[in-house]
Order: sequence, then structure tokens, then C-alpha cells
Amino acid sequence: MSPALPLLLAAILAGVGTYGVLARRHAVLMLIGVELMLGAAGLVLVTVGQFSTDPLASGAVLTLFVITIAAAEIVVALAVVMAMFRTRGDVDLTGEAQADDHGVHHDGEDLHREHHRSEDHAARDEVVG
Amino acid sequence: MTSRDVLFAAVGLITAAAAVLSVTSRRVLHAGLWLVVTLGGLAGCYLVLGAELVALVQLLVYVGAVVVLVLFALMLTRSGAGEVDTSMGHRWIAGAVGAGVTVLLGGTLVAAYGWAGREIAGPSNEQIGEQIFGTWVWPFELLSLLLLAALVAAVAVATTGHRRREGQR
Repeated sequence: MSPALPLLLAAILAGVGTYGVLARRHAVLMLIGVELMLGAAGLVLVTVGQFSTDPLASGAVLTLFVITIAAAEIVVALAVVMAMFRTRGDVDLTGEAQADDHGVHHDGEDLHREHHRSEDHAARDEVVG
Repeated sequence: MTSRDVLFAAVGLITAAAAVLSVTSRRVLHAGLWLVVTLGGLAGCYLVLGAELVALVQLLVYVGAVVVLVLFALMLTRSGAGEVDTSMGHRWIAGAVGAGVTVLLGGTLVAAYGWAGREIAGPSNEQIGEQIFGTWVWPFELLSLLLLAALVAAVAVATTGHRRREGQR
């Protein structure tokens, strides 16, 4: 078969992943774009490995390594996202929510924090359950 | 055009369409579910290319573990009806950059490999196993260390905010 088809699909996945990283402001949805780019890298590795006679089987083995590293990466990234959600209350990447916090008066911020403390039990139940 | 080409075109079209939907869907859970279809389609592509072991690992690790994590994270971080996309102008620029990446990568890769059909001469599963536990054994062992470090780091990062809050009370 022609190697052009899988390589074109890898290029499309990389482009779509780039769009996802740049155009999303929800942190977890941005990570989906990163996953697509990693998938494109794996597809290039597998394609090149399948169309060449390599005694070291580098294509397949390196793809397995990339998949494992991607799993480790997504675990740490999602832990960071959860910590961000716990401290800020949202997972917005534009920073507008923080800008709003600076914009309001001090008593407003206090009220916000008070609100958080009263909702503490509910929020923790939601996070744990 | 061989039957493998036709098969790959079908699976690849599904994969590409699901990928586009997973980065454009307005509802966060739908985006996560389209990611399942994309990664499953990618496993199908590996299968068509003749790399059965990689396809099965992709199914197990990505569709089985990573996507479940992503879906859980999406459900745990739901905070009302917030906007999930950036502004219209920002999205147009992002689309232009994405299209540029696609054209550049596709042009380079196809120019390097050409349209001519080649026969699939990839390693068998036995060869892959021999190489993993022969040539690649030290990187493979390092990966287990990396996974352990990632696990510990994830637990540490995810519980840090929790403990500070307990201390505040």
C-alpha cells in the first residue's frame, strides 16, 4: 500500500491537535489536543517502521514508548488540572477569571472566600465522590 | 490502489472526522467521547498497517486508561456553563496555524516518501518482543521508573491543595 495515506492522516491529526491546543480555553479540552498530536507522532513512527526492514524494530518499540510516556504525561497533567480546579474553582486557561478577582473590591473578594468556605463541604463531597 | 489502501482510507476518514469533532464540540463530555472514537480509529489504522501489538497496546492504554482519566477529569471539573472556546478571532488564527501545520507536515512527509506503493515489511510480534527485552531493555526499565515517578508526583500534586485547606480550618 502507499505510505502517503497514513502520513497524510498523521499531518491532519497534528494540525487538528494544534488547533485544539490553541483554540480551547478549558484545560482538559486543551489536553485532548495534546493527545491528538501524540497520536500523530505515533502514527508516523508506526508507518515508517512498517515500510522499512529494521532489525531493531524501532518503529513499533518507540511507538510503545511514546504511548507509555503519554500515559505518564496525562496523569501528571490531570493532577495539575485538579489542583488548579481546587484552588481557583475553574479550569479556564485565559486568566480572565483571575483578572476579575483583581478587579472587584476587597470586600467582594472576602465575600467570595466566605462563600467558598461555606460551600467547602459540598465542594469536597463533589470532588471526592 | 490495493484493498489495504481502501480499508485505510475508510478508517482514516473516521479517525480524522472524529478528531475534528473532538476539538470543535461545544459540550465537554461529547469532546471526550469523540476522543474515544479518534483513538480507537487510530488503533484501527495501526491494525490495517499490520502492527497488531501496537494497536492492542493503544486500545488498552489509551481507550482503556487515558480516556477514562480524561472523562473523569471532565466530570470532576464541571463548573457551570462556562465558555470552553476562545474568541472568534483567536479561533480563526488557531485554524490558520493548524492548517499551516497540516500542509507543512503533509507536504514534507509525502515529498519524503512519495505516492508509490510499497509492501509492508514490518517486524513480527516475536521480533518486537525480542528487541524490547534485548536492544531496548534499558530504556524499557527506565520507563517503569518514569511511570512510578509520575504516579507519585500525580498523587503529591493532586493532594497538595487538599492538605492546605485542611490546615486552614
